[in-house]
Amino acid sequence: MSDMSDDATKISIFLNGNKVTVQKDLTILEASSKNMVDIPTICWSEHLEPANACRLCVVEVEGSKTLVPSCSRRVESGMNILTESPRVRASRRMILEFLATTNDLSQAPEIVTLFDDYGVDIDRYERPTRISEEVRIQDELYIRDYSKCVLCYKCVDACGEQAQNTFAIAFSGRGFDTQVSTEFDVGLPESNCVYCGNCVAVCPTNALQFKTEFDLRDASNWRPEDQTVTTTVCSYCGVGCNLELHTQGDQIVKVTSPTEHDVTNGNLCIKGRFGWEYVNLVMKDDR
Amino acid sequence: MFGAGGGTSSYREVEDAEVIVLWGSNARDAHPIYFRRVLKALRKGAKLFVIDPRRTASAEFADLWLGLDVGTDIALANAVAREIIDANLHDLTFIERATTGFEKFKVSVEWYTLERAELITGIPSHAIQELAHAYASAKTAQILWTLGITEHHNAVENVLSLCNLALLTGHVGRWGSGLVPLRGQNNVQGGGDMGALPNKLPGFQDIDDADARRKFEQVYGTRINPEPGLHLTLMFEAMHRNELRALYVIGENPADSEADAKSARKALSQLDTLIVQDIFLTRTAEMADVVFPASVGWAQSDGTVTSSERRVQRVRPAVSRAGSTKDDLDIIVELADRLGANWSARGPEQVWDEVRSLSPMHAGMSYERLDEGPGLQWPCPSTEHPGTEYLHEWLWKGDLGGHRAAPFSVTVHEGPKEHLNPDYPLRLTTGRALDSFNTGVQSRNYPSPIRTGQTIDLSAMDAKAIGVFDGETVKVSSKRGSINMTAKIVENLPAGLVFSTFHFPEIADINLLTNDHWDLMSGTSEFKASAIRIDKFIDEAKT
Repeated sequence: MSDMSDDATKISIFLNGNKVTVQKDLTILEASSKNMVDIPTICWSEHLEPANACRLCVVEVEGSKTLVPSCSRRVESGMNILTESPRVRASRRMILEFLATTNDLSQAPEIVTLFDDYGVDIDRYERPTRISEEVRIQDELYIRDYSKCVLCYKCVDACGEQAQNTFAIAFSGRGFDTQVSTEFDVGLPESNCVYCGNCVAVCPTNALQFKTEFDLRDASNWRPEDQTVTTTVCSYCGVGCNLELHTQGDQIVKVTSPTEHDVTNGNLCIKGRFGWEYVNLVMKDDR
Repeated sequence: MFGAGGGTSSYREVEDAEVIVLWGSNARDAHPIYFRRVLKALRKGAKLFVIDPRRTASAEFADLWLGLDVGTDIALANAVAREIIDANLHDLTFIERATTGFEKFKVSVEWYTLERAELITGIPSHAIQELAHAYASAKTAQILWTLGITEHHNAVENVLSLCNLALLTGHVGRWGSGLVPLRGQNNVQGGGDMGALPNKLPGFQDIDDADARRKFEQVYGTRINPEPGLHLTLMFEAMHRNELRALYVIGENPADSEADAKSARKALSQLDTLIVQDIFLTRTAEMADVVFPASVGWAQSDGTVTSSERRVQRVRPAVSRAGSTKDDLDIIVELADRLGANWSARGPEQVWDEVRSLSPMHAGMSYERLDEGPGLQWPCPSTEHPGTEYLHEWLWKGDLGGHRAAPFSVTVHEGPKEHLNPDYPLRLTTGRALDSFNTGVQSRNYPSPIRTGQTIDLSAMDAKAIGVFDGETVKVSSKRGSINMTAKIVENLPAGLVFSTFHFPEIADINLLTNDHWDLMSGTSEFKASAIRIDKFIDEAKT
């Protein structure tokens, strides 16, 4: 099928039976998103390269024997794509059931919210093997909870050459024993980690979590519904990173950065991410 | 630079630079979120040159690290210029159209041969040659610097020597090429833009320009003194001479941050009146007659700050103010009221709109626009103007858009004011650590797992010569004072050079040692080059 568009940068594809015109350098996921067709994914992130890890974003492409990951496959002229075919839905249901069987998804609402839609039965498998390990608390800035880790690659990519270039964490082990690990599994404070928190920022399941959030959850006092997010500018160096201050009860409880803002794309350094504690101190200090 | 006090390029342009020269900047630690773009550029194939006496975290990523001797930047820059001219890699068309003073400049750098530069800087001549050829041959190239260039007695000359290189090669005024000073504080750019400079009104309008003054006088309803004021260093000199009798310090901690701190504290202590406005009771605030407790600007107030890429962005209150604290702006306005001034602009947006009415480069930046998007880069002369990504595009226009051609500057290598000598044989340079900031007022309050406190870092060779072990307490002295510090043997320093941060004055009062020779043009002290000695510490209480 030939390209019907006059614009050489655009091509036509069939998305769930509808003919749409899209930029030819887009992935199927991006092209779908631009046409209001949502495809679920865990491991994809706008500012990281596709890891092809979670397989949740698979779609059916006419002529392809296997399902294709929409996050990394680019659109082609005349491509006939089904994003919610029975085969696609069965595949996604199985992936979600596997994850629910092995992982603690209690703090991954974006994943859990898919369960009803895909008819997930979390008791389908008789002898589930759960990853259970004590939460690792090695400093006052973050915690690692491996029972929540779905091995999506985001933290490793954010720490590595796609953003931070610190390389404090990587994958170790094979198969079911695969884990995100520091070198020789040393504690984070002994590793190369520079505590930018960019791994925590991209974690979809709270396996990596800011200690402030962990402590508040532990005290049953983490109340996202009572939190306000205010965008402002970091008080340290002159780069001008935008900070999103998450406040609860007039105290800062977490800091993130907007991924859509070009200065940071969601990244921060240790000072911007954690150097706000003095604001809470000043608040307490009745002078 | 060439008439505007700001970096020429936007951050994202560095991703399209073929050659990146970090000159006296350890951006990996001091500006990490900027450095991520340098890393992106490297992934695309850019070459990175890092010029720093220390083999810093940034230098670890460099294609070539040029470990020059402290304070020899002009010799290096002039040698690079000479080599570019010698190899006929300069852009004569650009030079003829857009610059003046080339012939004189060419003669002035003739003396700086590769061999002489090697002797002065300690950098092998082939490395200087490689830098010169790479920079001049690249389609796009940027030079970025920070305090390694400006914390010297000849700060302005250092900067001008880098500007010469850009003029020589046409690496300015185009996308991807430029000259970028990375600002060390979140609103140091904005402070200068707003006229917190002795000789400038907001928007870099000259105080000795009668027309500019008249415009401000009409709005301010008062006469503006045409004489430039004093910059910080001249203020301290005037305090020493008892001529300056009252000082109002807002959000700065000079008792800890000034070079030669003992002398600075003496000057502060002999004032008739010291007013300090701060969020904490800093060492300076402890010396004050009156303290105005301020709220935390970036988390408790509305307003704007301006970043290193001239981007004006909104700060907004996220938490309420404590007890008796007030917004900085409200304190200043209330003070003005009590002094009988009757300022018409009230509150941050009104004050900002007043700025817009007086500073053409800010005119288009309404709060509405700033709130809608990711901020705006000056100059932004009208509400339809999108802001300006890079400066000095006029350099590439046939008639220079009516501007005066950019002048080459003759700069002369002099080296640090404080010479090494047998009594003080080591060179002390100071700088930042990733997790801390300035005198630590803000940054000491969070539990950083990578905080190392304050040590005196030295090479194994120097440690052996002095006879000290890693972790041993040593006595560190300059001719201005002595302090005890913990020695730390590191691998990134050459023999003869020692390093300390300045984030923990409560642990080690490093500015008791630093050198207050300062730059006549900018007033910046030579923090980067003091002559010191290190001795084994002998605890007299125990002997």
